[in-house]
Parts: sequence; structure tokens; C-alpha cells
Amino acid sequence: MKYKVRISLDIVFQYIFKATGLLVLCLLGGILALLIYNSFSFFAAVKPLDFITGMEWNPTAKTPAYGMLPLILSTTLVTFGAMLIAIPLGIGTAAFISEYAGTRLKNILKPAIEMLAAVPSVVIGFLGIVVVSPGLADMAGLPNGLNALNGAILLAVMALPTIITIAEDAIHAVPKTYKEASYGVGATKWQTLRKVIIPAAAPGIISAIMLGVGRAIGETMTVLMATGNAALIPSGFFDSVKTMTATIAIEMGEVPYQTTHYYGLYALATVLFFMTLIANLVGEYFINRLRKYHAA
Amino acid sequence: MQLNKFKLSSIIEWGTLVGTTLIVCFFLVVILLEIVSKGAGSISWEFISSVPKEGMTKGGILTPIIGTVLITLITALFSIPFGVCCAIYLNEYAENNWLTRIIRAAIRNLSGVPSIIYGLFGLALFVQTLQLGTSLLAAGLTLGLLSLPYIITTTEEALMQIPNSTREAALAVGATKFETIKDVVIPSAVPGILTGVVLTLSRAAGETAPILFTGAAFYISDTNGYINQEFMALPYHLYMLSTQHQSIDEVRPIAYGTALILILVVFLLNLSAFYIRYKFRKNEN
Repeated sequence: MKYKVRISLDIVFQYIFKATGLLVLCLLGGILALLIYNSFSFFAAVKPLDFITGMEWNPTAKTPAYGMLPLILSTTLVTFGAMLIAIPLGIGTAAFISEYAGTRLKNILKPAIEMLAAVPSVVIGFLGIVVVSPGLADMAGLPNGLNALNGAILLAVMALPTIITIAEDAIHAVPKTYKEASYGVGATKWQTLRKVIIPAAAPGIISAIMLGVGRAIGETMTVLMATGNAALIPSGFFDSVKTMTATIAIEMGEVPYQTTHYYGLYALATVLFFMTLIANLVGEYFINRLRKYHAA
Repeated sequence: MQLNKFKLSSIIEWGTLVGTTLIVCFFLVVILLEIVSKGAGSISWEFISSVPKEGMTKGGILTPIIGTVLITLITALFSIPFGVCCAIYLNEYAENNWLTRIIRAAIRNLSGVPSIIYGLFGLALFVQTLQLGTSLLAAGLTLGLLSLPYIITTTEEALMQIPNSTREAALAVGATKFETIKDVVIPSAVPGILTGVVLTLSRAAGETAPILFTGAAFYISDTNGYINQEFMALPYHLYMLSTQHQSIDEVRPIAYGTALILILVVFLLNLSAFYIRYKFRKNEN
């Protein structure tokens, strides 16, 4: 090939590569613009304050109610429950893998956790229906177990791989000298873990938790299948709940285009977007802090 | 006495950590045992090779299998070239300036966007604005967008593994930058890229939320997949069978069988990714 052709080809491809980078930017911008644009159409019909503080979500009633409080509380309750289960299990497992397990055990446990992460959410939801929910119903004496607790257990299973992987990285990254210093003054392995390693890895562990929270808030299929979907203010873990994601998934299929209800679902998605964004940004902030901390 | 107390507490401490690990493993065992033990009975050659019959209470899952294969293909065709090019830009061309930092931040945020929001975006962009309708193509493109950030991140990691001296050697003998990338960098990064691609596609194949309103259908009568038509997919089929079907008890065995096939597909893809990674590492040594 002629030199000139080769050079011009080089330049053409440089622009193509750069264009794909810019297109990614457009994708995020596009998602954001779409959400905000449709939300504005919604807020032209419904006052933002009524939307955020409204106690009732019933868009198909004669006088439609667009209060998202029950949905937000449902999402919060399920996510909170999931974290109550997943955080101790996740940190314990991460500490065990990093500090106690031998190489061979580690080589079994790590792929096992990756396998757990690979199970599709719809399969977890299915198991919620056929295994966990009947079990809960039996234990609590309820007609069915499709409630917030069921969703929380399933979401905990789904958030665990994220939490374990990142927390394990953080614990593993704690410098050996810290441990040696601790053992040197006569501390036991457990004391070292609790008083030295976990505090030193805290930024990474917090970021693991926040990324787990982000996953749990945004998860759709599992909560859609397993929480009963009653759009009421929940009073406890044994109530049926309807999360924000489940509301969008159920109602978007049936709603006519460009009605207030349609726009309302986009407004809901906007709130959801920012909730997960904040969780992920906090997670990222702590990951960066961990890096700086170890660089120092 | 002092020693015994010490021993006791260390046993409790050790037990706590082992206990949490065992509970996590227990979850995985329950998932696998339940699906495999109850799904294995439904699996047969006929189950895989015949279409759903009699309101899906009989027959197999050929149509959803075809749909899942086709949609994964569309996802791959769209997200791999796009994602690899973007990763090349970030790793080979981009300087560390504000634009690059914003693009990187965008990619990180995109990977945290809930999948249902990708569904809404796909509905608005592909189904309505670009007039593709609820179709295999619209759903595949939506899944492609969802996969993009993962493909970019894993490809960039693979590119980073290639030492700079390799690039410098190619440039020194007179290759242009593009030729260096095409003939030297990409070929040696292929195993790493492939690992990331396979893992990402296995995730996409199991996704349900993004295809809910972009093209997945409850039932399609013929097995010919056209990209401008609605389609059946394994994860959506499982969702429908377990929540939206009237005669729940009759379809339960089919639901278990579908779940088993879905898990097998995802695990096989994961295993092949591990195999590629393993083989690549071995060749290196």
C-alpha cells in the first residue's frame, strides 16, 4: 500500500475510534435527557411535591393518584432488608476468603461466588416463588410468602457476589506490615482482623456495600416476581410491596403512549436513576479514597 | 482456665467466619439443587427441539431457545465492534484530559444504570423514535447498549496488558498507529477481549427487564426468527410461565426445565470464558 493511503487510513480510523468514545457520552446524555424531558411533561400535569409526598399510587383510578411515597418506601424497605442480610454475610465471607482460607479453598470459593453472580435474576425470582415464599408462608402462617422479606432475601443473594468481591479486594489490599505490626504487639488473628484490617479496609468495604445497594435498588425481575406488588405503604417485612422498578415493569406494558401515566413512569425512572447514581457515586468515592490512602 | 477461654473464643470467632461463608455457599447449593433436581426430569431432546404446545402446558422450548440465540447474536454484532473501538480510543489514543475523564465517568455510570431504565430508553429510542416497533432488532439493540460499558471496560483491561514495548517495536519498523493496533495490539489482546465478551453476552442472555417492552412476546407460533418481529426468549418465557400463566401447576415442570436450560446456557458461557482465560495464561508461561 502506498504511504499516502496508509497515512490517511490511519487518520480516518483515529476519528472513528474517537467518535465511538463520544457516542458513549451521547448514550448517557441521551438516557438522562429522555428521562428528564418526559419527567417535565409529567410535572406539567402533577405537582412535584404531590408526586414525592403523595401517599397513594393509583394511576388507573377515576381520579388518578400519582404519589410515589409507597413505591419509594417499598424499594427502601426491600433494599434495607437485603443489606441487613447481605452485609454481615458478605464481609464475613470476604474476611474468611482473604485471611483464613488456604489457596486451594480460595480457588474453589472464588469461582463459586462468580457462579452465584451469573445466575440470571429471573431464575432467582422463580426460586423466590417456588422455594423461599412457600417456606416463609409456612413459618409465619401467612396465606402466601410474596412479601418484602421474600424480596429482601433474594436481593441479598444477588447483592452478595458484588459485596464479597469488592470487600475481599479491599481486605486483601491492606498492607502486610499492618498485620505484622499487630501480631508483633501480641494481638490475635481475630483482634487483628477486627481492630486493624477491617478499619484499614473500611473505605473499600463501604464502597462494596454502596455498590450492593445500587444493585438492589435497581433490580427488577426478582422483586417483580417475588414481592406481591401491592402499592400500599408497607408496615413491615411481611407486607406485600411494590417497588419502583416493579411498578415501571408492570405498568409500562399496559399504559397508552404519552398520557400522564406514561410520563409518570418516566418520572419514577428518573428518581430511580438518581437513587442508583448516588449509591454508585458514593461507592466510587470510597474506592478512590482507599486508593489514595494506600498511595500515601 | 485462661487458655480454655482463649481457645473457646477463637473457636467462636473462626466459626463466625466459616459460618457466613457456609451460608453463602448454601445459597448456591440450594439454587443448583432445586433447579437441577426438579428440572432434569423435564429435559429431553424433545423438550429442546419442539415448540410450545396447547397453551404452553405441553411441548418444548425451541422457540424461546431460537429467540435467545438470535437476540444474543444481535447484541454481539452491535456491542462488540462499538465497545472494542471505544476501548481502543480510550487506551491507545486518549490523553488524560477532561474529555477522557468525562467519557470514563460516563462508562462507569452506565454500568450502574438499572436494566429497566435501559428498557425504557430502548422503548423510546428504537421502538418509537426509530420506528423499529417491538421487535427482535429493537430488543437486541437495547441489550447491546446495556452490554456496552462491560465490553469497553473488559476490552480496555485486555489492551492494558499488552506491554508498550510491543507497540514501540511495531512503530519503529514503520507501521502507522492504526496498523500497529490492527496487526499487533488487537491480535495479542484477543483472548482477553474474548473472555470479557463471552462473560458479557452470558449476562445479556439472562436479562429480562430490558426486553419486557422492546420485543419479547408471550407466545409466537412459528420458529422462523425475523428481526422485525416479536420473539420469545428463555428468561421472559420463565417469567411468564411462573407468574402470568393461568394453570400454574401444569406449567411448573416446563418452568423448571426452562430455568435449568437457562442456567446451563449461562454457566457454559462462563466456563468457556474461564477456559479461554486459563489457556491464555498457560500459553504465556
